[in-house]
Amino acid sequence: MLSFSDILAILPQQLVFGITLGTAYGLIAIGYTMVYGVLFMINFAHGDVFMIGAYIGWALLGVLFASQVVPMHPLFVLPILLIAAMVVTGLLGLLLERLAYRPLYQRGATRLGPLISAVGASIFLQNAVMLIFGAREKVYMTYAIFPRTWRFNLGGISISVLVVVIGSIAVAMMLGLNQLVQRTWLGRSIRAVAEDREMAAVMGIDVWRVVALTFCIGSALGGAAGVLIGFYYTQVDFYMGYSAGLKAFTAAVLGGIGNVRGAMLGGLILGVVESLAVTFINPAFKDAIAFVVLILVLTFRPGGLLGEALPDWKRV
Amino acid sequence: MPLLQLDNIMAYYGPVRALNDVSISIETGEIVCLLGGNASGKSTTMKTILGMVRATAGSVQFAGERIDRLPTQSIVARGISLVPEARRLFGRMTVRENLMMGAFSRRHEATADLDADYQRVFALFPRVEERLDQYAGTLSGGEQQMVAIGRALMARPKLLLMDEPSMGLAPVFVDQVFDIIRSINQQGTTILVVEQNAAVALGIAHRGYVLQSGRIVGADRAAALLASDEIRRVYLGDED
Repeated sequence: MLSFSDILAILPQQLVFGITLGTAYGLIAIGYTMVYGVLFMINFAHGDVFMIGAYIGWALLGVLFASQVVPMHPLFVLPILLIAAMVVTGLLGLLLERLAYRPLYQRGATRLGPLISAVGASIFLQNAVMLIFGAREKVYMTYAIFPRTWRFNLGGISISVLVVVIGSIAVAMMLGLNQLVQRTWLGRSIRAVAEDREMAAVMGIDVWRVVALTFCIGSALGGAAGVLIGFYYTQVDFYMGYSAGLKAFTAAVLGGIGNVRGAMLGGLILGVVESLAVTFINPAFKDAIAFVVLILVLTFRPGGLLGEALPDWKRV
Repeated sequence: MPLLQLDNIMAYYGPVRALNDVSISIETGEIVCLLGGNASGKSTTMKTILGMVRATAGSVQFAGERIDRLPTQSIVARGISLVPEARRLFGRMTVRENLMMGAFSRRHEATADLDADYQRVFALFPRVEERLDQYAGTLSGGEQQMVAIGRALMARPKLLLMDEPSMGLAPVFVDQVFDIIRSINQQGTTILVVEQNAAVALGIAHRGYVLQSGRIVGADRAAALLASDEIRRVYLGDED
């Protein structure tokens, strides 16, 4: 059993880890929540889009290492990896929407059709990656980019630069997305489609174009999160999208599905709860504890923390 | 050439035949009123013009161009705006954002051009300018109707469709709304208005059509319709 002074010593460190993990969960959760906002559908393949982002980062990191075309410094390596992963996963999101979902919606599918299509797309992506890269897990050469000695002291807590960089990038992307949603024509169109699709069309908005771009943006953020999580955990595998996707989906529901800020908040809470549970309760229970938090929140706020009570026709 | 012409339109709303051989034409500069009771096909006519319901037969022409196979957003971009039934503002957006959404098809135009239209809306509805940063969902019914009309005008439409503009409004406000519809028309916008309140609508319209169970059963100048015994009995509630 931990003594009180032990807890005080570990707590700040674990909070830092939890917040970092939470920002990454939040980044993935945004993809679930935005797609739900415009289509009222859970894109279960989103976790695998995240996994593919992590693989793009891993593969490109290997290439950069072998070729040494740029200095092995985060300032050079991170932007290249992030942009490549976001471009590929953004396109993948467009492709998923076009091939797995749009044909169903345009032929008047019920709620369940696209959901099953999403599960199918998820299995397809996992197996495709397994066939191409093999089933063994891949190692991110994190410490070649962020040496283990890169740490600093903040009020007695030793914090690694890696953790700060990951958290800052995730937060910067969320702030950027928030600006996009609040201040641009695309962002306003996304909100209009989410609120009243028919009226959005009457405003002159090409609704399916907005849906496609929503998939693209959400997927690109998920891809970026893949690279960040790859660096954080230092290894990736073709199955990682399942559990991370489930966590991020939980975070989206926790914050209020359909609400972008809710997804960010839900991610943070889940990350912190999980990392505290690992330390103070039992690592084996960390998923169970995450879901206990979800159940508690939904018992008292069925719409999630920042969500609102949905009209009947928008409920899953 | 009429601005809008519907020829022999057939349309289904689900399995129900909602429009049966409907032909309507509207000249530039007119206010035309579409009268009819519940489920007479008034709203379906509006939706067919905008491509939200597809005609199974017949054609819709706007400014000489066939538009009945175009997607809604393309029809809107050609200059048709809708003030929908029950207003349907984006309640989670501010009044300002609602007006901006109205101008969506003009988003690439110079801001000065858009500013002129904001000023035009504020001149018609000073209250809207006071409420700009409020969420549209928090406004009163009358204020929402002002924003809904303003939003439609922001597209600078050639043809304005209005679906039951008096519905749910206090009687004082109904007259005010119809005065405003008249002045929008006098500023050069052609208007098709669907209305249950036949007396007020015919008071400002030039011509009217009467729909019953999806068929046009009457068409005349507004004054003649107002004077007709049948219209008085069915739509104006005269019992004698």
